[in-house]
Amino acid sequence: MKPSPDILVIDDEAVVLQGVARICGCEGLSVEVAASGRAGLERLAASSYRLIICDLMLGDLDGFEFLAEARRRGNHTPVIMTTGHSTLQNAVRSLQCGAIDTLPKPFTADELMAVVGRALAHAALGDCDARALGDAPAHVHCLGQVSWAATEPVGTVLIGMHPHFARALRGIRSIDLAPPGTELLQGASCASLTSADGLPHELMCPVSGKVIEPNAEAVAHPSRIEEDAYGSGWLYRILPDDLEYSLRFLTSRLERRDPQEFPVKGDQP
Amino acid sequence: MIRRTVGRKLTTAVDVTVLLIISVFAIVNIRSHNQNLLAEVERHAIQISQTVKSSTEYDMLMNEPARIHETIRRLGQEESIERIRIMNKAGKITYSSDDTEIGTTVDLGTESCIRCHGVEPPLERLEMKARTRLFQRPHDRSGSLGVITPIYNEPSCWTAACHAHPQSQTVLGVFDVVMPLAAVEAEMRRGQIEMIVFAATAVVALSLIIGVFVRRWVSVPVEHLMAATQHVAGGDLSRTIDETRADELGTLARSFNQMTRKLSEARLQLVQSDKLASLGRLAAGVAHEINNPLTGVLTYSSLMLKRARTREEQEDLRVIVRETIRCRDIVKSLLDFARQSTPRKRASDINEAIRRAVSVVERQLSLHGVVVEQQLQPDLPHPVVDANQMEQVLVNLLVNAADAIGSKGGRISLRSSVLTLSPVGVVPIKQAICPKRHNLIDNEVRFDGKPSIRIKVRCDNEEGFMHLDSVYGRAGHRHGLLLDERRKAQFLCPECSTSLLLENRSCPRCGAPLLAFESPPKGWVETCTRRACAWQRWEEVDASSNREYIEIEVRDNGCGIAHHDLHKIYDPFHSTKGAKGTGLGLAVVWGIVDSHNGSIAVQSEPGQGSTFTIRIPVLP
Repeated sequence: MKPSPDILVIDDEAVVLQGVARICGCEGLSVEVAASGRAGLERLAASSYRLIICDLMLGDLDGFEFLAEARRRGNHTPVIMTTGHSTLQNAVRSLQCGAIDTLPKPFTADELMAVVGRALAHAALGDCDARALGDAPAHVHCLGQVSWAATEPVGTVLIGMHPHFARALRGIRSIDLAPPGTELLQGASCASLTSADGLPHELMCPVSGKVIEPNAEAVAHPSRIEEDAYGSGWLYRILPDDLEYSLRFLTSRLERRDPQEFPVKGDQP
Repeated sequence: MIRRTVGRKLTTAVDVTVLLIISVFAIVNIRSHNQNLLAEVERHAIQISQTVKSSTEYDMLMNEPARIHETIRRLGQEESIERIRIMNKAGKITYSSDDTEIGTTVDLGTESCIRCHGVEPPLERLEMKARTRLFQRPHDRSGSLGVITPIYNEPSCWTAACHAHPQSQTVLGVFDVVMPLAAVEAEMRRGQIEMIVFAATAVVALSLIIGVFVRRWVSVPVEHLMAATQHVAGGDLSRTIDETRADELGTLARSFNQMTRKLSEARLQLVQSDKLASLGRLAAGVAHEINNPLTGVLTYSSLMLKRARTREEQEDLRVIVRETIRCRDIVKSLLDFARQSTPRKRASDINEAIRRAVSVVERQLSLHGVVVEQQLQPDLPHPVVDANQMEQVLVNLLVNAADAIGSKGGRISLRSSVLTLSPVGVVPIKQAICPKRHNLIDNEVRFDGKPSIRIKVRCDNEEGFMHLDSVYGRAGHRHGLLLDERRKAQFLCPECSTSLLLENRSCPRCGAPLLAFESPPKGWVETCTRRACAWQRWEEVDASSNREYIEIEVRDNGCGIAHHDLHKIYDPFHSTKGAKGTGLGLAVVWGIVDSHNGSIAVQSEPGQGSTFTIRIPVLP
């Protein structure tokens, strides 16, 4: 029996399928492609993958439907959502529906490999690793497993990187934070990082608001972020625009127990 | 058929007046001239008869008939005298310049005698005026003037040696002097002809002069105005009229030009909202389609860049990757712009938004030597806006201003103030129904993005529609049927043809008929039906107080905007910055201001700078 390929790519554009397959091939990953949502589901039934890269707009299904159907069939392979219509709502909704990450089209080879590498590393985190990283404190609200926001008594909000995301980077070389006064939007990038392997990463912002203070400590010592993600590794203190609205798309510890609402970790290959 | 133009009417009126006045003047003048001439001749005749009387008196007393006869004969030869004769009271001619009639007796019934002898007993005294008589000689029809001078009995007559006359006799006889009037009549005719020629010349000359001035001051400007209105009615709003005149027509021309400017602005806004709406749909559809092929280009080129061996290949591929990423940014900004997200509005401090916007671009501005001046009115009311979007608007305007100034340094001034505007020209009419409750709102024809109110117009056997501007008092109405204002038109509901005209009411401004429709729940809106009249009344809204607006002004002293570019600046993808801009900045600004029910206007002079003025209602 032929070994299972690493990645399943689902897109209705041939050139995207070929491009992704070519890049992943160069990085030594084996790839299978499907040109529609239904074809993707069939492949998923036939073999198991370490990762799925799925477009949000497919000919027959949309990405959310595909994801829901795969989960309904009991498949928990991690999914990266790509889309040509990369609105902030789509990005947030993808994470809310259980995608592990999003990748707006068009992307470069490095951007693709950064997301793929991160997702594979994330998927490789064992349950015990996850437990070792600890549950989020009760006052923390998470955007998928990408970033978190925590309200402070005075009305400001701290935002930071989810420990799973930080671990999946496998070493942060540097991080760029926006200066005070910058308006951050939920679903848009709020920080640019370079991982130890030199790939560029963007962190999706969990809450819209204006930057009051970026954490200079975290910029100076990026390792803090990995070591104490919920504590001294925070990234920004912001004044939220409409916290109630933003929090609607985030999950707190209590809600995370509902697997329908937030199906977490992927299957191990 | 000659067209009854204002100029022609005015000229005709003045011509008739001139003709009347000059004719009356000429007639009065001729009459008085004739009377003067006759009076002169009469005076002359009376003088001569007195002279004859005096010169013959002595001879009469001396009873020297031969001498009297000679005197009379000689005087009779004078050219100015036709005939002299002396008659006794019985009518016998005793002396005459005409020898043949001496001794004959005149009939006392003739017109020269009847004045006194027409009554019994004959008059003894005759008024000076009654002594003269005018008559025509039968043979050549030329006129003559006769003067009768009575010879009264005097003491010397009855005391004279001859004792010819008794003392009891009062009138002894009469002198009858007849003078020819041919010369005087010729003089009168000459005067008459002169006067007629003068009057005719004066009438013609005055008509010509008045005609020239009426043409210059009234007809020509009115013709220009007419031509321009016809162009505007045909849709050409770029047509303007010379407004240099200082009179009412100059004022009219200025108002007209202002009206066409406003109209074209309104049309621009209408086109603009259409463009933006279709752009939004287009962008969402296109972005997905473009991003897929771009993904192909970007993945392969970036992969090749990673694997390129030679420096030259790397350089080339780097260009491809860089430019593809630029494409990605353009598509992204297009999507950001087209995103139909509803603004998150809440009461916000505009001054704070201005200060934040300035702080965002401050560094960039100071690098280029641009000074930012802020004149912010403190304690502004807080309008309900999306503060982030307002900030975005201001950042866009500031960046544009900085680009217009360039690297040579300059000045940007920001001003905020609060102003109160009446609801007229601002408040939209959102509902319109006929008395039978049919909806009159027409979503097809829009003004400034807002639906219009459609009304059927019927005039004789022509039928058409008029679309009323749904902004109360702005009166950018569109008349589909070119109505002759003298003809009576009907204004009807397009559904049920119920008349919307108000009986027994007329426009307080121009007197034309009024139409009305209900705008629930805010009562009735009344509108003047005349094309050129902007009168409207909406009592419920007039009763509500004026609305407050925040006005923000961004003024720079940069390069300004060329006049032919002014109407395009809000167009998506219209950019004068070449590769530097995407041409979406002002389109975004327009969209945001529009979504806040605000307005944006620009004034710009190339080389002098530009001023953008934004007005946002304090209450949404």
